[in-house]
Amino acid sequence: MEMQQTSCKAAAPLHSTTAPAISLAGVSKIYGGFAAVKNATLTLATGSCTMILGENGAGKSTLLRLLAGLITPTRGTVSLFGGQPGEQRGRVAYMSHAPMLYDELSAMENLKYFASLQRTGDSCGCVASPEMALRAVGLDPHLTRPVGQYSQGMRQRTSLARVLQSDPELLLLDEPFSNLDVSSASQMVELLADFRTWPVTGGGRRTIVLTTHLAQLAEPLADSTVTVRQGTIVAHTLRETAA
Amino acid sequence: MNYLHHVLTHLRKDLRLEWRSRDAINGMLFFSLLVVVIFSMAFDPTAAASRQIAGGILWVALLFASITALNQGWAREVRNHVLDAQRLTPAPASALFLGKALANLIFVSAVELVLAPLFVIFYNLHALGEGWMMFLVLPLGTWALVCNGTFFAALGLRTRNRELMLPLVLFPISLPALLAMIQATTAILTGESDPELWVKMLFGYNVVFTTVCLLLFDIVLNAE
Repeated sequence: MEMQQTSCKAAAPLHSTTAPAISLAGVSKIYGGFAAVKNATLTLATGSCTMILGENGAGKSTLLRLLAGLITPTRGTVSLFGGQPGEQRGRVAYMSHAPMLYDELSAMENLKYFASLQRTGDSCGCVASPEMALRAVGLDPHLTRPVGQYSQGMRQRTSLARVLQSDPELLLLDEPFSNLDVSSASQMVELLADFRTWPVTGGGRRTIVLTTHLAQLAEPLADSTVTVRQGTIVAHTLRETAA
Repeated sequence: MNYLHHVLTHLRKDLRLEWRSRDAINGMLFFSLLVVVIFSMAFDPTAAASRQIAGGILWVALLFASITALNQGWAREVRNHVLDAQRLTPAPASALFLGKALANLIFVSAVELVLAPLFVIFYNLHALGEGWMMFLVLPLGTWALVCNGTFFAALGLRTRNRELMLPLVLFPISLPALLAMIQATTAILTGESDPELWVKMLFGYNVVFTTVCLLLFDIVLNAE
């Protein structure tokens, strides 16, 4: 499950190495009369891996969508690498529980399409070729079947390949282990651990935030755990590391 | 160049998706053929009467038929939340709009290619005016339909009754363009008046609405 890196970025975006990867200050997201996220305040360092735990409907996915900049907070501020989430396009990748792929296209066609959209200026914006990304997640790049005919697990892996090929500095994963068997899920954890070690063009380190119900599986990967209950962050615990 | 690259990426993807599914073209083709045949049987017009009504029937048939393609185009993006993945890429939102509008232009033009000869046969048509001007009116009129249609279909993406929303918003906005298309086509077919003014009006309408759609699409795409 290791992916050989072939960096083809000509120019990486400038960023502050001192700014935390994620900073939430009093963030709330209210839909009508329902508060999906309530007064969330959180700071996550660059290079960290954070696991968000919580029951169904606790607000984990809303929190991730806020971080991705796909929704705006009703109150409070979200900051990524010291800037607005909308300004960080290309540096952030988000994998939701929906596959975010076209059913009619093959995995390779889907990945090539998104790789093409990552291109900015002189940079191709992708760290790995679609073929390498698919091999890394254990899929055959020559598979011509459309994604609509894949099993849920295969779609999940294609979706992971889509986000990994975009060379994100911040990777947001919503339930990445759902629909995967234990062996595939363990392989995904290994791949994510490997991904954290990939160098970032222009310096910096890679940050991962993931939500899961399978805490035991993600524990070796995570430096900290955030617990969400009914839209409120009730705990943020850092893993103790051996000195 | 980078912008053009993104537009072409979206366009290629839309053409490939349509080639695989043929959802939009089949729906449009059957609908417009039915309209042409039914109107031809209902009125049984003479050649002179045909020239008077053909422009109206042609453009109204295309307007109604294009609604199916316009809704289909965005439905694919919403399915599986692909639109969210596109929003996170550095590619500009207007490139997505332009790529999709161009794809819709190709789909509706393909339907026109099939429809035009049938129209001539069923309505016993031959242009008494400057027939070559139809090569101006058809692409300009089709762009007016698909440009606004693509924009307003995206605007209705998050509404519950988006299939109903699109015609409700698109038809009133398209009225000036529709008037220009029909008048220009009728003028060409009958030869009784000069279609130039209507063609200019159609051109002006396209310039204004294409600019507005391109400028506002980012807001539409990222609206909650």
